[in-house]
Amino acid sequence: MKFAKKIYVALIFLFLYAPIGTLIVLSFNASKTRSKWGGFTVKWYVSLFQDETILQALGMTLLIALLSALAATVIGTISCVAMNNMKRRTRAVLMGVTNIPMLNADIVTGISLMLLFISFGLRFGFGTILLSHITFNIPYVILCIMPKMKQFNPSVYEAALDLGASHITAFFKVMLPDLAPGILSGFLMAFTMSLDDFIITHFTKGAGIDTLSTKIYTEVKKGIKPEMYALSTIIFVTVLVLLFLVNAAPDKKQDAVL
Amino acid sequence: MKYKKNILAAPYVLWSALFIIIPLCMIFYYGLTDKSGAFTMENILAIASVGHAKALWRSLLLSLISTILCFLLAYPLAMILAGKKGNQTGFIILIFILPMWMNFLLRTLAWQTLLEKTGVINGILSFLGLPPLRIINTSYAIVLGMVYNFLPFMVLPLYNALAKIDENIINAAKDLGANKIQTFFRIILPLSVPGIISGVTMVFVPALTTFVISTLLGGSKVLLIGNVIEQEFTQASNWHLGSGLSIVLMIFIIINMLVTALLEKE
Repeated sequence: MKFAKKIYVALIFLFLYAPIGTLIVLSFNASKTRSKWGGFTVKWYVSLFQDETILQALGMTLLIALLSALAATVIGTISCVAMNNMKRRTRAVLMGVTNIPMLNADIVTGISLMLLFISFGLRFGFGTILLSHITFNIPYVILCIMPKMKQFNPSVYEAALDLGASHITAFFKVMLPDLAPGILSGFLMAFTMSLDDFIITHFTKGAGIDTLSTKIYTEVKKGIKPEMYALSTIIFVTVLVLLFLVNAAPDKKQDAVL
Repeated sequence: MKYKKNILAAPYVLWSALFIIIPLCMIFYYGLTDKSGAFTMENILAIASVGHAKALWRSLLLSLISTILCFLLAYPLAMILAGKKGNQTGFIILIFILPMWMNFLLRTLAWQTLLEKTGVINGILSFLGLPPLRIINTSYAIVLGMVYNFLPFMVLPLYNALAKIDENIINAAKDLGANKIQTFFRIILPLSVPGIISGVTMVFVPALTTFVISTLLGGSKVLLIGNVIEQEFTQASNWHLGSGLSIVLMIFIIINMLVTALLEKE
């Protein structure tokens, strides 16, 4: 039975990672077409760093992910603090609205924002993408922070006030440290979601601006540049290494304590 | 103090009104008017035209099949993971969140390479002397793409629900003479319903509304309702029709929410 379980997990793992393995292999493929193996090469990794358009799209993707995650984290944190003090019904309404972008289809969210920007006469480009990403990121941040907020003991906050701390000091010294893990995971979640988004960006970007996703989509018909495979391999391996480092770090501390 | 704190809510209340509520109202406005701005139901009734109805039906069918497949694949996996001792969250994140860092368009495209006539999978099959798989550019490939992309959304809530079940309840059932199958159907399955509901919603809605997976793996031969709407906005520039069809799509999303909410109550 144990053996069967292991096989099952391994099969699912294979299913999830087969395409990723394929992309990594393709990034070393000397032939430009996907379907033929032309020998091993690292030339795509070299030419990647000379490809202005890909690097530009990468920069745009990272910039939007960073800015939108930061803005969403700040707005999300403030509104969690505010929601915690709301009457039950008001809070329920606001949470309901918060859930809309998560439950609704991305295509509908994208279209609705596109219609909004058009009727406001906004120029489509960096600004519209950023506004859209902040909008779909805030709910993830709120969802990550709210559980920590519920665990927070309000008496501690009141004690800080009694002892002479201002609201601002009490927030930064007492409440924020307790919320920090939620805020961090909210930020990371928002960053990842922004990075991986295609659909909403597709509808809210203007001509002449591209994130990696929209660039790949326009390349689908012409054929993907192999440099894209090289880039995604680099990103993937970087994150893999970072994750291992982060996961390994606390264990060492525990060992040291023991 | 209360007053001060309510001011804190202002940025988000404004933001959500401006970027969530008003945009939704705009879809309803466009969907319920024609080009001259007069009220019409035509954009919504357009769903009944042969091409649109077919696309909607196909979307419903494929997303339903994908949801069921995701559930059947994810449940045993979530049980295995939940049954392991200690906190498995790190491992689960590694398995399911990590792929997200490789662009999902590229990952889906990679299935083309794997599934092609002369692709990797057929290479392995012919090596083993088995008949080749011809599913690229068909509905089967789209289902596979949906299951591949949305499986994590099923596993995570199921795992969360299953990991919460108190071991003592299961042991009590066993003590009272229930066998494994009885324990599963009468204890584990009912207790995991909240996880099933959020998993089903998180798979069904994106699968129903996708236009990317069908474009990448369906070879633009298989049109889903998402493709129809996307084309109305980006190619035909008929926002009224596109909005009308989006309203229909939202109706199905709401139906799905109502059904799951009812199931949860029971």
